[in-house]
Amino acid sequence: MTGTTEKLRVRDLRKTFGQVVALTDAQFDLAEGEFLTLLGPSGSGKTTMLMIIAGLIQPDKGEVWIDGKLATFAPSYKRDIGMVFQNYALFPHMTVHENIAFPLRMRRMAESKIRDEVQRVLDIVRLPHVADRLPRALSGGQQQRIALARCMVYRPSIILMDEPLGALDKKLRDQMQLEIKQLHTELGITILYVTHDQEEAMIMSDRICLMNDARIEQLGTPADLYFKPRTVFAADFLGESNLLDGVVQSAGHGRATVKSAGDAVIKAPAADVFAVGQAVKFMVRPERLRLLDPVESADNVIEGTLDQIIMVGGVTKYYVRLPTGPVVSATRLTRGPVTGLERGTRVRLGWPADSTVLLPT
Amino acid sequence: MTAAGRRFGAWRAAWPLLPVLIFLGFFFLYPVGQLLWLSVEIKGTGALTAMHYQRLFASTLYVKVLQITLETSAWCTFFSIVGGYPVAYLLATTSERRRNNLMLWILLPFWTSFLVRTFAWIVLLGRNGAINGWLQALGLTDEPLSLIYNFTGVMIGMTHALMPLAILTMVSVMEQIDANLPKAASTLGARGGQAFWRIYFPLSLPGVAAGGLLVFITAIGFFITPALLGGRLQTMIAQVIITQVQDLMNWAFAGAVSVLLLVTALVVFYLYDRALGMSTLAGETPSTQGGGGRNPIARLSAWIGGHLLGAIGRLCDIVSEAYERLVPRPASRPTREWSRGVLAFLVFLIIFFLAAPTFFIVPVSFTTDAFIEWPPKFFSLRWYDTVFVSPLWREAIVRSLLVGVLSASLAMVVGAPAAFVLVRQRIMGKTALLALVLSPLIIPRIIIAVALFYFYARFGALINVRFIGTSLGLVLGHAVLAIPYVVVTVMAVLKNYDERLDQAAGSLGANPVRTLWHVTIPLIRSGLIAAFLFAFITSFDELTIALFVSGGLATTLPKQMWDDALLKVNPTLAAVSTILLVFITGMILAAEYLRRRALGRSSAA
Repeated sequence: MTGTTEKLRVRDLRKTFGQVVALTDAQFDLAEGEFLTLLGPSGSGKTTMLMIIAGLIQPDKGEVWIDGKLATFAPSYKRDIGMVFQNYALFPHMTVHENIAFPLRMRRMAESKIRDEVQRVLDIVRLPHVADRLPRALSGGQQQRIALARCMVYRPSIILMDEPLGALDKKLRDQMQLEIKQLHTELGITILYVTHDQEEAMIMSDRICLMNDARIEQLGTPADLYFKPRTVFAADFLGESNLLDGVVQSAGHGRATVKSAGDAVIKAPAADVFAVGQAVKFMVRPERLRLLDPVESADNVIEGTLDQIIMVGGVTKYYVRLPTGPVVSATRLTRGPVTGLERGTRVRLGWPADSTVLLPT
Repeated sequence: MTAAGRRFGAWRAAWPLLPVLIFLGFFFLYPVGQLLWLSVEIKGTGALTAMHYQRLFASTLYVKVLQITLETSAWCTFFSIVGGYPVAYLLATTSERRRNNLMLWILLPFWTSFLVRTFAWIVLLGRNGAINGWLQALGLTDEPLSLIYNFTGVMIGMTHALMPLAILTMVSVMEQIDANLPKAASTLGARGGQAFWRIYFPLSLPGVAAGGLLVFITAIGFFITPALLGGRLQTMIAQVIITQVQDLMNWAFAGAVSVLLLVTALVVFYLYDRALGMSTLAGETPSTQGGGGRNPIARLSAWIGGHLLGAIGRLCDIVSEAYERLVPRPASRPTREWSRGVLAFLVFLIIFFLAAPTFFIVPVSFTTDAFIEWPPKFFSLRWYDTVFVSPLWREAIVRSLLVGVLSASLAMVVGAPAAFVLVRQRIMGKTALLALVLSPLIIPRIIIAVALFYFYARFGALINVRFIGTSLGLVLGHAVLAIPYVVVTVMAVLKNYDERLDQAAGSLGANPVRTLWHVTIPLIRSGLIAAFLFAFITSFDELTIALFVSGGLATTLPKQMWDDALLKVNPTLAAVSTILLVFITGMILAAEYLRRRALGRSSAA
């Protein structure tokens, strides 16, 4: 599905507001038909980046190329981009038809053709009968779709979306996520999406650009970010994670051993950047941790006492306090009422070496 | 409980509205109604007559005056809107910090007395004034130009007086426009011209209409500026009313002229309401607009309007495209939006026009000359001496302070409780109540003044209390005018107040009175003080009511200034104006500071 034509190229962007660095060293590419999400907490620079690409903010330095053309300081009306705003920014004094016709009129398309085009996109977003209504007469989800239709109607190179589902309630948000994803797949549009919701990013994106503190923290597929986070921040921000301290004991040939704070020896795959004696963190996802039977063994084993068991419907969470203090969680599918385990029971937790991720502190 | 029962229950909770209803009913609605009745009644009989109106329309003089009034007001409205729009636009679209700073330069002239500002124009525009002085010094003219005592003078003075009102009204609507809309238009391919004329401008129209309405209504009741800056041909209807009452004691005829004025105001108001709806006056965007529904005429005009705006937008863009062809803007270099720079420069000029003239009063007050002339001959304090030595001026100052404090206190006691109900209770007819409370702002002041004068004379004789020529009459009259300001200011602060704080206090065991005393009032104290200060200034600056009610005995400062100015505009007035200017500026800065602190504090929780 991902084409090879480059739709967007961002190089070395930097933006400061007064003393505050809002964005720095930002670069990435976006291929035709790709869905890339800028994910990060508020203040991480994702909206600044989007605004620079949209031409609504001018960067201090760096370059933006859209469709092979340099566009760093081009005004936004010349960029051939579409943008869906967080509150949709539908023009309240214009009907749905006039809203969608607006970009076509700006491009001086014939009125007869405009009518067909507007109807075409209204059909695509499955709202064929609302053309004569004013935006405020529509529900939040409908307004969202009209905003999207208004962007799609002129077939821009890229559609930028700034937290477009932020104003919707959970159920509608889930539904719209799938709808947007489906439109993206069917029509092959290139989308750059901004959100602070990691689950939304995982569901929708081909690739995620994780941002933190005005920089790109890590860029990769959702699986990359989940299974191979490169920083503590990335490991912590996406999904649940157990992060524990350790010191590298041996390293080389793509693997390493780490001595944990509780003196357990942990085996892990590792790039050759870790040196013996280096303080590190190691991460293991809760669903990879298993409560071991007394005779069972695993690549990595730590011991602790059971602190709490919480049944959350489909999964059950076991919180285990390690002798050194931290609490780790293990989840497993709920099979039935938990028996034989209670608070204070000594347990052993095991997991495979290749589920361990070594991270620089 | 039934729906009606609930409504009734809500009404019971609305008892704090009673003081304001009784007060305004007694000292505003009844007197105005009585004046209107007077104009159609055969004296003392209760029978109807059209006599006064026949006389009014039989004479070409009055028809002519009405025509002048309407023309002058229309032009003044036009200039106030055209000049005020760029300022309002910049204020609404700039950063909050800059807005707050710029806003002061609008608020200061807004609150500075019309009298002081009119004197300033005499200093500037007079035959021996600053502008003629400069023109001759530069050799541009050989003899002084006639800049005042004609239409030009009246127009400059009135536009200067009323443009702040237009700006403040337009800003309140423009602030509601989503800042993302022009950006969205830009990403959709609209250049600046199209984005402004097709998107921003139509959305700001309710503000333009509301601002225009308020300016027009205020302008048709104006008399200070036409009297001091105009000639015989600029006589406006309010001046006729004053003459009829003060010189001829012809109440019924004055009543008829007032009715004419009021009807004019109401017709304008009615047309406005039909076109845009009243709620836009409170800064809300109208609910009926756009192409859908409505009658064919509205649709047609919307269609024409849309195409017209589109055409203007196209025209702007053709100009900017041509400019770009001459001066290309490459995508590799940062570009500056020159349109924003042009706007900033324009706004600077307009704010200069609004704020600067008043300061010309100051040097003149230190002149050694016996009359106002530019440049003033420095340096003497004799005019300040005159003010402080003269018992007339001293008395006037003391009375103005006293009346200001008392009427502001009265307005607070009556108005603040009403603001609580209007913000917090859901009651039937709230809009009507709000309209009533705000109407002293909207009804031309001269009508209220004449009505009160007549009411005072009759009612005072009835209960044997003197209202005319006493501070009591002034306090009551000024409170009528100050109540709207109090209600609006307190309502604004309360709207930002987090009511859960009161609920929390209640849940912790405080009864409503203790909650009010220990939680609510401390949190909105700054807002209450600001409301008090605004009310005080309203009274302190007030001339119209004082003109009639003071009866030549209990003279206030503005009344004394007016009397003096009618005889001769002299440096004593400059000295008084300077004192007033410093005093009012201090008050405004204090009130604004407190108001902003109140808004910040009550919502931060």
